[in-house]
Amino acid sequence: MAERLLEVKDLKVQFATEDGIVRAVDGVDFTLDRGEVLGIVGESGSGKSVTSMTILGLTRGTNARFEGEVLYKGQDLITQSESRLRDVRGAEIAMIFQDPMTSLNPVYKVGAQICEAIRAHEDISSRNARQRAVELLRQVGIPNPQQRVDDFPHQFSGGMRQRAMIAMALSCNPDVLIADEPTTALDVTIQAQILELIDKLKDDFDSAVILITHDLGVVAEVADEILVMYAGRVVEHGGKRDIFYDPQHPYTWGLLGSIPRLDRPKPERLHSIQGSPPSLINLPRGCKFRPRCPHAFEKCQEEPALENRVDTKGHLDRCWLTLDQKRRLRETTIAGEAQEVA
Amino acid sequence: MLAFVIRRLIGMVAVLFGVSVLVYIVFILIPGGDPAERMAGKNPLPANVANIRHQWGFDKPFYVQYVRMMEKAGNGVVPGKHGEFDVLRSFDTRQDVVREIKKGIPATMSLCIGAAIIWLFLGIVVGVISAVNAGKALDRVITTLALIGVSMPVFWLGIVMRYFLAEKPAHPLFPDGEYVPLTQDPVQWAYHLVLPWFCLAVLFIGFYGRVLRSNMLDAMNEDYVRTAKSKGLSPGRVLRKHVLRNSLIPLVTLFGLDFAAVLGGGAILTETVFDLKGVGWYAAQSVGSLDLPPIMGVTLYGAFFIVVFSALVDFVYAWLDPRIRPT
Repeated sequence: MAERLLEVKDLKVQFATEDGIVRAVDGVDFTLDRGEVLGIVGESGSGKSVTSMTILGLTRGTNARFEGEVLYKGQDLITQSESRLRDVRGAEIAMIFQDPMTSLNPVYKVGAQICEAIRAHEDISSRNARQRAVELLRQVGIPNPQQRVDDFPHQFSGGMRQRAMIAMALSCNPDVLIADEPTTALDVTIQAQILELIDKLKDDFDSAVILITHDLGVVAEVADEILVMYAGRVVEHGGKRDIFYDPQHPYTWGLLGSIPRLDRPKPERLHSIQGSPPSLINLPRGCKFRPRCPHAFEKCQEEPALENRVDTKGHLDRCWLTLDQKRRLRETTIAGEAQEVA
Repeated sequence: MLAFVIRRLIGMVAVLFGVSVLVYIVFILIPGGDPAERMAGKNPLPANVANIRHQWGFDKPFYVQYVRMMEKAGNGVVPGKHGEFDVLRSFDTRQDVVREIKKGIPATMSLCIGAAIIWLFLGIVVGVISAVNAGKALDRVITTLALIGVSMPVFWLGIVMRYFLAEKPAHPLFPDGEYVPLTQDPVQWAYHLVLPWFCLAVLFIGFYGRVLRSNMLDAMNEDYVRTAKSKGLSPGRVLRKHVLRNSLIPLVTLFGLDFAAVLGGGAILTETVFDLKGVGWYAAQSVGSLDLPPIMGVTLYGAFFIVVFSALVDFVYAWLDPRIRPT
């Protein structure tokens, strides 16, 4: 069995704001083993980015409160000092962000920014760091890395900048790579290249990946396991096949239904989930998805636990509907044909 | 790059020409009233007035007067022997305007360079401290002080400083005004300038501190700062290399133009309050007696610095921000 790198236990993150307490993450559990790709899927505001940034302690601040544990190789990162966390950041757990256009500092050369990451963690001469930067740029597929290392970010295209970000993230050979919507800001053709690159480099660098996205199509490519998040909670958790072939939660159906598909008759309009995510200050009672769920019934006033309700081991969900009801209802929802109430 | 420099130089000359025409129109053409009559004194003989008018060229068409005036001003800049009517002269004192301005330059330069160093340094310190402590008590104290500094009129602050630190005490902390040339006695030079330096700098310290604070708070929310943190850099390095470095760029524009303005005679109040006989002081004297050629001369001299420094700002900007480098 592969080495367990990360174990998140009942993680809760709250921010005190002028309007009230925002429960951005409310009880998230997952594990990550070496070589694994975990996809975290959800709409904006579902808590997926806050979860990932909390792993690195980037959400720390005077108005933030944390509960639960983030165990990295058995060590709780939530309670670590800032200086210990700095040793972890970049060196053991690295992160790439959504918008490569703004994630690189415009006034420094790309190579210098990669060198900065290397030299933050290793005692190495600037010349050697530069050589490593060139090598990294080559590995992420930048042509002419020898010259390109001295380019400024604005001289790179969007895809190249994201490649440079990946090179920077991998510069200290981290165990875990967190990719927060790495392809959202890119052209569709570039998206696939970047995903392939992440998947390939994961093996080259023998690390694990957390891939955060709102696009199930993205995780379908590379993820081993998928976490579906809604309003700060995990609503469904399972292997990739479970989520795509036997989805249990109506929210997951909605996400699946909103992907355009070639293998079905073209609908009048692309299906969308009605309504918008709830305010994280005033969460609805019971199941958080209830107000938007076309299949909600009385029992949903009470929040279901995240439990294994199917035969497949490790496939968890938060929905009161019986297995029979789910099988019946989900086909129509995913096909985007009906909005009937159970 | 060379094309950029040449384009900029041509632009500078064009702007200066425009300014000189404008200044001539505003100060010489529009004021009206015959300068010859004023120069001839009370109850002059008509022949006397006509004589002066002819001697000074006031009977020539205005464009001839303009060209002659600029020629004379130019003669003053270039050293050499010139006749009485070959240089730009004050209507009142008949002194060579350009030579008077030149005489004021050492005092003005000393005042402005010293004050600029102080205001830039303290402005950055104030900005960084209040940005790092944003929202805390220290930030509020600094904000209040900055507001007071920005709001205090220079002439009032200067007089108060001079009175309480140099005039009133039995054993004054500082000398009472006047300029001592640097070449004559460097220690006395600095000692005499301490009060004027701070007096001139106070306004800018508050202003620069506020601007830098808001730039830094914006920069702290930038994605590249989050990237820098996620690389595991120390907070000090993130602040210096990523937040401060990027926040200082807009300050360059401010500094270039402010510095040019005070150097170009804009420190009128400070120079007057502390009896520093610099260019600003000369301008104040001439305004008092409505002596038009010196006012025009100082305005042109100031315009020269503004034009030169705004070009310098462009070059420094390009050096600081690779995105706007001409390729």
